[in-house]
Amino acid sequence: MTMDFIISVIITVVGISTPILLAATGEVIVEKSGVLNLGVEGMMLIGAITGFAVTFATLNPWLGVVAAASAGAAISMVFGVLVLSLGSNQVATGLALAILGIGLSTLIGTGFTGMIVPQFSSIFPSALSQDPFWRVIFGYSPLVYIALAMIFAVGWFLNKTRAGLVLRAVGENDLSAHSIGYSVIGIRYMAIAFGGAMAGIAGSYFSMVITPMWAERMTAGRGWIALALVVFAGWKAGRLVVGAYLFGALMTLELYAKASGFQFLPSQFWASMPYVMAIVVLAVISYRDRSGSEAPACLGKPFLPNS
Amino acid sequence: MTNMNRRNFIKTVSATIALPAMAAKSFGADTLKVGFAYLGPVGDFGWTWAHDKGRKFMVEQLGGNVIGDYVENVAEDASAVPVIRDLAQTGHNLIFTTSFGYMDQTLQVAKDFPKVMFEHCTGFKRADNVSTYNSRFHEGRSVLGTIAGMMTKTGTIGYLGSFKVPEVVMGVNAFALSALAVNPKVKVKLVMIDSWFDPAKEAAATETLANLGCDVITAHTDSPATLQVCEQKKLYGFGQGADMSKFAPNAHLTAIEDIWGPYYLSRAKAALDGSWKSTDTWWGFKEGSVVISPYNAALPKEVAAAADKIQAGWKDGSYNVFTGPIADQSGAEKVAKGVVMSDGDLSGIDWFVKGVEGA
Repeated sequence: MTMDFIISVIITVVGISTPILLAATGEVIVEKSGVLNLGVEGMMLIGAITGFAVTFATLNPWLGVVAAASAGAAISMVFGVLVLSLGSNQVATGLALAILGIGLSTLIGTGFTGMIVPQFSSIFPSALSQDPFWRVIFGYSPLVYIALAMIFAVGWFLNKTRAGLVLRAVGENDLSAHSIGYSVIGIRYMAIAFGGAMAGIAGSYFSMVITPMWAERMTAGRGWIALALVVFAGWKAGRLVVGAYLFGALMTLELYAKASGFQFLPSQFWASMPYVMAIVVLAVISYRDRSGSEAPACLGKPFLPNS
Repeated sequence: MTNMNRRNFIKTVSATIALPAMAAKSFGADTLKVGFAYLGPVGDFGWTWAHDKGRKFMVEQLGGNVIGDYVENVAEDASAVPVIRDLAQTGHNLIFTTSFGYMDQTLQVAKDFPKVMFEHCTGFKRADNVSTYNSRFHEGRSVLGTIAGMMTKTGTIGYLGSFKVPEVVMGVNAFALSALAVNPKVKVKLVMIDSWFDPAKEAAATETLANLGCDVITAHTDSPATLQVCEQKKLYGFGQGADMSKFAPNAHLTAIEDIWGPYYLSRAKAALDGSWKSTDTWWGFKEGSVVISPYNAALPKEVAAAADKIQAGWKDGSYNVFTGPIADQSGAEKVAKGVVMSDGDLSGIDWFVKGVEGA
């Protein structure tokens, strides 16, 4: 097994993990604030088509990513108004958002099937990004580095800053946070908008990096995996990175096993591996934390201080 | 720029709401309502897109006599039953279910609607009111295999499949046999991704095949993801279902185009004039339901000539890729020398030919 071979494997793993990591990074902030937004898949698709459409119109992928983030945040506000200001059920509203996003992205995307857009150029000099060895560090799309920077920023924000502490307080005990003067609703609006923006960027990774094109439902269920990943990671930023790359590694391992003709295990076994792993890890986590779950205490509960 | 004030807005909205109701009224009782159950979205630019092009062709040709409705993203499991039943209940007289995974579901619903005509694509189970139809995509695959076998420098070519269903197995085998015919040392690496449409996984699988030494990669899934990765990596690939050269101008050697329109038109006509009967139709190059896209300019003359010869051979009946001797992966002889596999054997095929690695 040569170095070149291993580098190519790593590049595939990073490529397939990044959109899940991006979406999960946003969702962890949303859930830490006590809101469960199941609409990640829908927000990703809105981001995917908006990023594609804007890149198509402006020929600038950076503007596309900014537009994808804005569109993801905008559509998440529909969810925000319903669950925060109107107190609707978060699970039902989140599922509705997922369906809305799928439908709306299809509608917007009608005219974009079969179109092509310019791609990101590397942010590093080609001596590094094209180098047979250094491409393992410098050879990715800019969004890969943005994903890593964001997850580190989120980890720092949650654990090291006062604002992060307030966000966690809102998610753990909304009434207490409210009673000492923090705007629970306002903070949750911001958290939901951030989650939407990150999901939008995750979606644009599909339509602008993996396969620069628009196809309906092109995220193929990754939004749901991102949701599972947040639970899998126990709402911790560090574990989120490990979990996302582990998921990508398992999927890549499956592909290599199949292509190499390892037939000692049926392909269905490989395909089910990420999900089996998720169940195993969940079982381990819940066994260890029976005394107190890692989930934010107010997750999924509407905040109604006057009732 | 339209001036959108509140009054105009209300007008527009009420017109939009009233529109479907009016459209439904304007058709007479003798119009044929045709329903389609689609596997993917119509915008997949592959399998479903091609079926939808066929549906549009049918509607266009028959004008006001036919309505063509469709349901997209129908899962290949028990949830397909209510979708197909719904199409039958809402007055569709002719229903096309366009993926292998709807086979038993189609038959199940057809039993309850004896007067409705059903057509199941790529299956092999029929009933008095259930026809089956398919295209001989393996004819097209043998052209791609010929090209791949001649174009590869590493001697390893990749095949990205979806599921181990006869349709795909046939394609893999036709591709491998025709590649081996022009290049006896060639190896075909196969990866099944357990999905028809998942661009991210298709891209990862293509990178995997490339890393394992494949320099020509064909895909039996529904998006141009494989081609786009080939373009980035300066490898060769083929379009699936449609000419996809726009996505990969250098990598795209040619494509197999699925042309369903003439078949849908003929069946809708038969349903209209009452001559519809349950049949099994399997069209190919000769009938024009399988078409090879224009070759890439990078294709050397002798490769293009070999590819043309295969196409001509299918059309005049002088060539069949499934002519023995054919051995399976273990080396056991499956088809004796000189024997041509029958359509029946092909439609239930579940073994890969020698030279195919992986599964």
